[in-house]
Amino acid sequence: MLKDQDRIFTNLYGIHDWKLAGAKSRGIWDNTKALIEMGQDGIIDAMKESGLRGRGGAGFPTGLKWSFMPKESDGRPSYLVVNADESEPGTCKDREIMRFDPHRLLEGCLVAGFAMRAVAAYIYIRGEFVQEAINLEIAIQEAYADGLIGKNAANSGYDFDIYLHRGAGAYICGEETALIESLEGNKGQPRLKPPFPANVGVWGCPSTVNNVESIAVAPEILRRGEGWFSGLGRPNNTGTKLFCISGHVNKPCNVEEEMGIPLKELIEKHAGGVRGGWDNLLAIIPGGSSVPLLPKSICDDILMDFDSLRDAQSGLGTAAVIVMDKSTDVIRAIERLSHFYKHESCGQCTPCREGTGWMWRVMQRLVSGDAEIEEIDMLINVSKRIEGHTICALGDAAAWPIQGLVRHFRPVIEERIKSRKAARAA
Amino acid sequence: MPTLTVDGVEITVEPGTTVLQACEEAGAEIPRFCYHERLSIAGNCRMCLVEMEKSPKLIASCAMPAGDGMVIHTNSPKVKEGREGAMEFLLINHPLDCPICDQGGECDLQDQSMTYGSGTSRYHELKRAVAEKNMGPLIKTTMTRCIHCTRCIRFATEVAGVEDLGAINRGENMEITTYLEQALDSELSGNIIDLCPVGALTSKPYAFTARPWELSKTESIDALDAVGANIRVDSRGQEVMRILPRLNEDINEEWLADRSRFSYDGLKTQRLDTPYVRKDGKLQAASWGDAFEAIATKLDGLDGAKIGAIAGDLACAESMKALKDLMDMLGSPNIDCRQDSAALSTETRGAYLFNTTIAGIEEADALLIVGSNPRHEAALINARIRKRWKMGGFPIALIGEQLDLNYKYDYLGAGPATLKEVADGKHSFAETLKTAERPMIIVGQGALSRSDGAAILALAKKIADSFGLVSDDWNGFNILHTAAARVGGLDLGLVPGEGGKSAKEMLDGSLDVLFMLGADEIDTSRLEKSFVIYQGSHGDAGASVADVILPGAAFTEKDATWVNTEGRVQLGRRAIFPPGEAREDWTILRALSEKLGKTLPYNTISELRQKMAEAAPHFAEIDQVTPAPWGAFGTEGAIEDTPFVSPVTDYYLTNPISRASRIMAECSATFSKVKSEGTGTNG
Repeated sequence: MLKDQDRIFTNLYGIHDWKLAGAKSRGIWDNTKALIEMGQDGIIDAMKESGLRGRGGAGFPTGLKWSFMPKESDGRPSYLVVNADESEPGTCKDREIMRFDPHRLLEGCLVAGFAMRAVAAYIYIRGEFVQEAINLEIAIQEAYADGLIGKNAANSGYDFDIYLHRGAGAYICGEETALIESLEGNKGQPRLKPPFPANVGVWGCPSTVNNVESIAVAPEILRRGEGWFSGLGRPNNTGTKLFCISGHVNKPCNVEEEMGIPLKELIEKHAGGVRGGWDNLLAIIPGGSSVPLLPKSICDDILMDFDSLRDAQSGLGTAAVIVMDKSTDVIRAIERLSHFYKHESCGQCTPCREGTGWMWRVMQRLVSGDAEIEEIDMLINVSKRIEGHTICALGDAAAWPIQGLVRHFRPVIEERIKSRKAARAA
Repeated sequence: MPTLTVDGVEITVEPGTTVLQACEEAGAEIPRFCYHERLSIAGNCRMCLVEMEKSPKLIASCAMPAGDGMVIHTNSPKVKEGREGAMEFLLINHPLDCPICDQGGECDLQDQSMTYGSGTSRYHELKRAVAEKNMGPLIKTTMTRCIHCTRCIRFATEVAGVEDLGAINRGENMEITTYLEQALDSELSGNIIDLCPVGALTSKPYAFTARPWELSKTESIDALDAVGANIRVDSRGQEVMRILPRLNEDINEEWLADRSRFSYDGLKTQRLDTPYVRKDGKLQAASWGDAFEAIATKLDGLDGAKIGAIAGDLACAESMKALKDLMDMLGSPNIDCRQDSAALSTETRGAYLFNTTIAGIEEADALLIVGSNPRHEAALINARIRKRWKMGGFPIALIGEQLDLNYKYDYLGAGPATLKEVADGKHSFAETLKTAERPMIIVGQGALSRSDGAAILALAKKIADSFGLVSDDWNGFNILHTAAARVGGLDLGLVPGEGGKSAKEMLDGSLDVLFMLGADEIDTSRLEKSFVIYQGSHGDAGASVADVILPGAAFTEKDATWVNTEGRVQLGRRAIFPPGEAREDWTILRALSEKLGKTLPYNTISELRQKMAEAAPHFAEIDQVTPAPWGAFGTEGAIEDTPFVSPVTDYYLTNPISRASRIMAECSATFSKVKSEGTGTNG
């Protein structure tokens, strides 16, 4: 269990002052100049050493991502874009950072922006986050007034601006290139890669899109030293992580924990355990709606980090742990997710546009049992025809929950079809 | 130069080539729906997936730049599975109503489903239905068939330069729409019909009239403007069913303007299908013999100076040559192919051509437009200007009417005074022209068909000479014509001879006999005293004042030559026969000459063409542009201060064929009228 002194998000629950004065008392903006004096390469090397992997879901090494930005400008400015369009079902970590610890994010923007030679950061915040946007805007004004950002930010000699942009409520705008399109004022549809944003990003300029949490933890890593961060967790899965535990637990919560904590320990220690006891557990979606669920047998001893969950054919994703006890109709639960992806598909490319609707309709019939057993295999085949064939990862995200369901709960589906048939025959 | 391996074949391609293009070069066929080489890359249909070694996923070959050392497989089982998947997804919500779909037989989806489609469907849910969209009188929509390739959107925004088309909604509810159900306000809108790979956007006038396999396809040339777009005339029996563009990189690429595409129904109405002779003040049907007799009687013993001839805008070079020779034999110097009396100089050929050439626009780096609305006078040239403008570094300035041309330009002024300022180097744009390496000027007929036209031409010439528009390897002096006949007419010398009268002078009623070869865009009000012979295809302005009507062929009904505004000689071919008694135009003149005892010295069209080549050698160089000589021309003179006005007041109604067309009338009502008469509460 994570020691209190190793926590980064010391106001996760909003019990302290979130404004500048309170933030400073918690060590935020403490000699930020010194961090910048590490130099661009120094910061990027430290981030690489720390082993921080992107907290938005894909787990791409953050330091490596920053190093893709051009070292010398060809005349175009570079930008940092912060992905605050947190919409993955089950996930509610970034909003807590933004409303209770906004300065941690802003300091991260400055440090990260400096490291990648960006002239400005754009924070693209989910439209529904009203209070979060207000708090963040206040924090930005405070930081400008205090000279922490803007000209000669934090006395570092570096000029850096931060802008807040509110989205209009589309899940797909959390995909980095769709976010860029939306930021530019276009319809939020993912772009083709290559070119990658580090070459051609927002307004055609080199850009890096990072998750709120990835950016927010950066100053603390630099301040405490990359060794401290990499000493937590397991190799290749280092540091601390915000977990969002929801569903059938006694105390749903957000909690910062060490990477690699056993799932069972995470739930029992922080969320008051599964409703009705651990044995009442049916399945857990460990990383937000996009990743395949895990049945209880796997949940018993699985570790919560990227590699361990990948080996179990699931993923850490955003670390949004959705707990389902035995009262859950698991087919219905996945059908609901299926509807979500059908609703949120941007409609640009064929497999996702057409396939998500198809899968959802079949899922609906699986819920009621009005299907043939063979259709389960067909559904998997359809999901495989979507997975990996689309422009962005939404197609994959729509396919995986269904694949996870069939992988672990096929007998339940078959049983429902059979009993429905039997009921109709009778 | 990246070298990659496609299906075991090593190939080196130009940098910037996509994997799809590299595969095609290596001989591997890649299916596609959204990819179109003239539009930006969308990568959304997922049909062009190929396998790239070291890539865990299939890649969209249209969007992936070819890289050195790539190993591509285009026919592996994984690729087949990927494409079959994309095809299945495209078909699940496609209505499969091929038997009642106009695209049937020329549908990409139909064709590719033969390879990648499955015989049965696994989709047992309800299919999606999408409401039709109103896109105006030309484009019929069946949006349920749409596969969301977005070619139409990309064409409209990128090539046509109108943002009327777009996609709304998300996921499976995504729809292509004109937002407010407006007609697509572009002269190039018909091209989205060709671009649509399925039957979502089809031709409204052509709807349910023919199947592609029933049609005879004749490769020909458009004669409704001076661009000389290459077309394919699709006919069934003796009826033109539709007109489509044909690829010609130098002229129209693969686009066609709406007037040229949709005027074809005008070929069936208002036709002159038998000779007429005016008796007792009324035109009465007559035989060829009677008509010729009436002319011969009138011309008998008449002095050549009392006879005149005007060639109209659609006339082919053959008929103009025959007319010119006949007038010469009759001893008349009164001949003109410039109905609008444009002050076009024939002193040197370079003085009346679009010397830069249409494709050459892409090389230019500055442009001054004078007295022209290229969007309406030559929509395809306007598209080329927009294409060049989109590449950047192309300042455009305009003197004349301030209109929306689909690209940004500096508006310098309305009339000749501004032009003079530029010519005298007093205007800032003069500096732009001077510093540009390949500057060009486009002078429209609106600037020349006025009483000070000659002085305007001289000013344009002065600009060309003093700002380096013409050099050894670049000619930036351009006259933009609106009439298909004009350049050919000037080439063949259809201008007044010594002491001869111009078109304007002939129309004042001073001549005894006036021969009008398809001349309709003229003022006929003072011709009561003249004996008017009208030869043409349509009962338009000219025919109504005629004393004898000789029914000719429309441009789709004869093998004929036109010279476009660049000076490019092109051959049109007969798709159908002229209706009734109507005949190919040069044969009428040949027959008449015999009757008049002045037999023209050619019996076949090849003999006539030989004569044309003797008169102007470039007539032997089909499809070529011969760089025209540059020399002294133009007469300086006083200029007026009236602003330049484009001769095209209604894009859809510029010629007798279009004026006879119901479709063009609808377009005019939809697009032209609303703009001029509409108010805030209109509609």
